[in-house]
Amino acid sequence: MRLVKILERLLAAIPIMIGVAVIVFLFMRLTPGDPVDIMMGQGGMVTAGEIERLRSEFNLDKPLHEQLALFLFGLLRGDMGNSFTKQRPVAQLIAERLPATIELALGAMLFGLLVAFPIGIISAVRQNSLTDRLSMAGAFLGISMPPFWLGILLILIFSVHLKWLPVQGRIGADVHLTTVTGFYVLDSILTGNREALISSLRHLVLPSVTLGAAVAAIVARVLRSSMLECLRSDYVKLARAKGAGEFSAVAKHALRNALIPTVTVVGLQVGVLLGGNMIVEAVFGWPGLGRLVVDAIFARDFPLVQGAVMVYAFTFVAANLIVDVLYTYLNPKIEM
Amino acid sequence: MARPILELRNLTTVFPTRRGEVRAVDAVNLALYPGQILGLVGESGCGKSTVLLSILGLIARPGRITGEVLLDGRDLTKLSNRELRRLRGKEIAMIFQDPLSTLNPAFPVGEQIRESLRLHNMLPGPWLWPFDAGRRQREKERVLQVMEEVGIPAPEARYRAYPHQFSGGMQQRALIAIGLACNPRILLADEPTTALDVTIQAQIIALMKRINQEHGAAIILVTHDLGLAAEFCDHIAVMYAGRIVEIGSVDQVIENPQHPYTQGLLRCIPNLKERRPLQPIPGSVPDLADLPLGCAFAPRCPDFQPVCAEGFFRLQPVIENGRKKVHRSGEVHMARCLRLTGYRMPEDD
Repeated sequence: MRLVKILERLLAAIPIMIGVAVIVFLFMRLTPGDPVDIMMGQGGMVTAGEIERLRSEFNLDKPLHEQLALFLFGLLRGDMGNSFTKQRPVAQLIAERLPATIELALGAMLFGLLVAFPIGIISAVRQNSLTDRLSMAGAFLGISMPPFWLGILLILIFSVHLKWLPVQGRIGADVHLTTVTGFYVLDSILTGNREALISSLRHLVLPSVTLGAAVAAIVARVLRSSMLECLRSDYVKLARAKGAGEFSAVAKHALRNALIPTVTVVGLQVGVLLGGNMIVEAVFGWPGLGRLVVDAIFARDFPLVQGAVMVYAFTFVAANLIVDVLYTYLNPKIEM
Repeated sequence: MARPILELRNLTTVFPTRRGEVRAVDAVNLALYPGQILGLVGESGCGKSTVLLSILGLIARPGRITGEVLLDGRDLTKLSNRELRRLRGKEIAMIFQDPLSTLNPAFPVGEQIRESLRLHNMLPGPWLWPFDAGRRQREKERVLQVMEEVGIPAPEARYRAYPHQFSGGMQQRALIAIGLACNPRILLADEPTTALDVTIQAQIIALMKRINQEHGAAIILVTHDLGLAAEFCDHIAVMYAGRIVEIGSVDQVIENPQHPYTQGLLRCIPNLKERRPLQPIPGSVPDLADLPLGCAFAPRCPDFQPVCAEGFFRLQPVIENGRKKVHRSGEVHMARCLRLTGYRMPEDD
C-alpha cells in the first residue's frame, strides 16, 4: 500500500521536473552573455564562419522552442547533452562530481544532527538554564555566521595553527585509493584501505562542520521549541503518572512527538546543504558539483547548468518524498 | 473504624510567581478510607486538580509541596523520585480530564495500556525482560482483559488502533484502562467526564462505580459538578481558593449545607422538576496571588459581615442542638465559616 503511494508520488514528481527543466532553460537564455562570445573571447582571432559553425554545433542557431524541445526530448532519453566548455557529456561530468557533493552533504547532515539532537533536547528539558542559554546563543551564531567566513576561521584555527586537520581537498595527495563508487570514505572501507579511510575522514571534518553548522543551529532550535511544547503536554504528564521515569517521559513520549515538526525542517535543510555547498566547496577546494556549476554559470555553459539544476531539483524532491514517508511512520494521523 | 489508606495532612502546594507566592492548595486535610468515593468539588482554578498532582508528587518545579501525604501511614512527600515512581500507576493511578490530549497520539492505545504493566513489571516471567517473548503475550492478554472490562468493544481489533481513531467516550475508557491495568488501590479521577457527552458521562460514571465496587478501589473524584458528586460520591469536600470550605458525607453536605459557597453551588444546579431560575454566585474566583484577608469567599458572600474580612477561619465542626454532626461512617461535618464559630446572623435575633 505504502509502496504504491510512493510510486504515485514519484510519478507526480515528473511534471515538477519538467517545470524545473523549462524554467532553468529559459532563465539561462535570458541571462545576458552569449556562450560562444565568452568562449571566443579567450581565443583571440576568430572568423565569423567559425562562430557560425560553433553556433550550429551547439544548436544555438535554432529557434528557442526548437532548442527547448531538443533539450526536453534529450532528458527523456536520459541525455543531458554535451558541455559547451568541456566538450564531454554532461551526465558524465556530473557523475564524476556528484559523489563528492553527496559525501560532503551527508557529513554535514550527520554533524548537524549529532549536534542538534542533544542540544535541542537538553535545552528543552533544562529550559532557561545556563546550558539552554549558551546553546541557544551558539545556535544563533551558527545561523548568522556566513559559511565562507566560518570555513576560513576553522581552517585558520585547526589547520594553520593547530595543524590537526588538512586545509584542502578530499584526500591526501600521497594516499592511493582505488575508486569504486566515488565516495572516498565508502571506497576506503570497501577496499580495506585504512590509510585512505583516515585521510578521507580527516579531510571531511572541516567542510562538514562548516556546512553543517547552520543545519545544527536550525534543527536544534526547532527541536527545542517542539520539545518544550511536548514536555508540557498532558500525555507526558500521564506517562509520569503511570510511573514512567524521566528518561522515558522525555526520550519516548515527548521526543517521539517532537520529531514530527523536526523532520520537516531537516528535509528542507537538504536544500540548504545543496545550495551552501558551492561556497564551502570553493573554500575547501572540494571537487564537488557546486564548483562545477559555478564555473558553468560563468561560462554560460547551458547544458551543464541545466543538467546540474535538474540533479539538484531531483535531490530536493527525493528528500522531501523521504520526509513524507518518514512522516507516516512518525505521525499515525497522517496517511500518504 | 478502619484506618484511612490515604491521608493528607496540612498539604500545601506553593508556586512562586512574579507577583509573589501562590498557594494553589492551602493546608488541606483529607482522609480517604478503603473503598470510599470522595468528591472534591469546586470551580476551576480552586486547586482541586493540584491536590491530585500533589498526591502523586507530580508538581513541577519551582512549585513545592509541604505537609504530609500518608499512604498507609507512609509519607509520600519524603520519598525519593524512584520510590514514588514505583507507586505511581501501581498503587495510585490517575485518570485525566481531556482524554484526547492525554493519550499519546504517536502510540497505539494497546501499547499505552501495556506500558503501565511493563513499567511496574506486573507480569514477570522466569526470564529477564528483553529475552522473554511470552511476557509480551501475557501482557497483551491482560490489556485485552482490561479493555474488555472498561467496555471497549472488539479489544483485539482496537489494540493496535491509535487514539485519534477512538471516539471521545472510547478514549476516556482507554484512559481508565491505563489507570486500571495494575489494579491500583486508589484512583484519582480529574474531571473524567467533563469532555464527554451527557449520555457517555453517565456510562463512564457507571463504569467507575463498578470499578469501585468490584475492585474495592477508593476513588477521589475531582469535579466542578456538585450534582455529579452528589450522585456518585460517599463524601464531599468543597474547595474554594485552595482551601476546603466544607466537608462531610453527601447527605450532610447536600441536605444541610453550611458554607454560603456550598449553598450557592447548590443553587446553581438546574432542577428539572421545579424549573426555578438558577441563581448564579455573583463575581468570580479571587486571584490566588492576591487573596483577600479573612474569608476568601467574603467578597461574593450573600451573608457578608464586616468581621468576615478580618480574621482567619478554621474548619469547624457543624454543631446542631449542641452536638457535632457525625455521620455513621465517623465523618464529622465541618465547614469554614464564621457563622459556625459564633457570631449570630442578623435574622437570628
